[in-house]
Amino acid sequence: MSTTLTAPAEVEVEQPDDVDEHDRPWIVIVWNDPINLMSYVTHVFQKLFGYTRAHATKLMLQVHYEGKAVVSSGNREKAELDVARLHAYGLWATLRQD
Amino acid sequence: MSRFRRIEDGAVRLDLPPEERALLLEVARGLQELLAEGDADPGVKRLFPSAHEDPELDREFRDLTDRQLRTNREEALAVVQRTVESEALSEEEADAWLRALNDARLVLGTRLELTEDFDWDGFDPEHPDAEELALYAYLSWLQEQFLDVTR
Repeated sequence: MSTTLTAPAEVEVEQPDDVDEHDRPWIVIVWNDPINLMSYVTHVFQKLFGYTRAHATKLMLQVHYEGKAVVSSGNREKAELDVARLHAYGLWATLRQD
Repeated sequence: MSRFRRIEDGAVRLDLPPEERALLLEVARGLQELLAEGDADPGVKRLFPSAHEDPELDREFRDLTDRQLRTNREEALAVVQRTVESEALSEEEADAWLRALNDARLVLGTRLELTEDFDWDGFDPEHPDAEELALYAYLSWLQEQFLDVTR
């Protein structure tokens, strides 16, 4: 982008963003796929996350119509655990830092 | 008539005719053998998707989770084989059935390259994949019924 930035190197060394980088939550995304049944996806959201039927259905419909939905978030360990549990149920899930 | 009926404590009664039990046993055995052959099959690959876009992070994730994921799948298939003649399933066994049936659908559907707008109404019995398509449709029908009693 800009090449005119002349901030002193010392300022860079402090890297205040590092803390934020570490604390920024990871989000778990479930992607639409042509095989998993809508009723199954709703069931899995309820079962794994304890969501109400209404909330699980809302997330499922978001996956179905928008192609993906954020279904949970947390630190990296928690998000990876959620992804692994979703994979165990055959859902197509990924995580990324928000 | 539904093949499943909810009884107490999340347990599920199975009203499956013998030929369907035999078919499910065959499906579970076949999938178990396929899993033992490794990840070359595209259908099997679908059971072990990527978690991270970053290849390095994804490798770390797989190192941590792949073995457990594989074990879970093998155990669910073993539960189906062990209980396929049962009159009823415990809540835990029912969950294993649900996952195993879904794994079979994922493998079949991926191999068949099914899309959401596949024309089931125009199903052609002369289609080269007719047998696998019919099995997929049966498993989907069964899973819908199962979900009706497990929610």
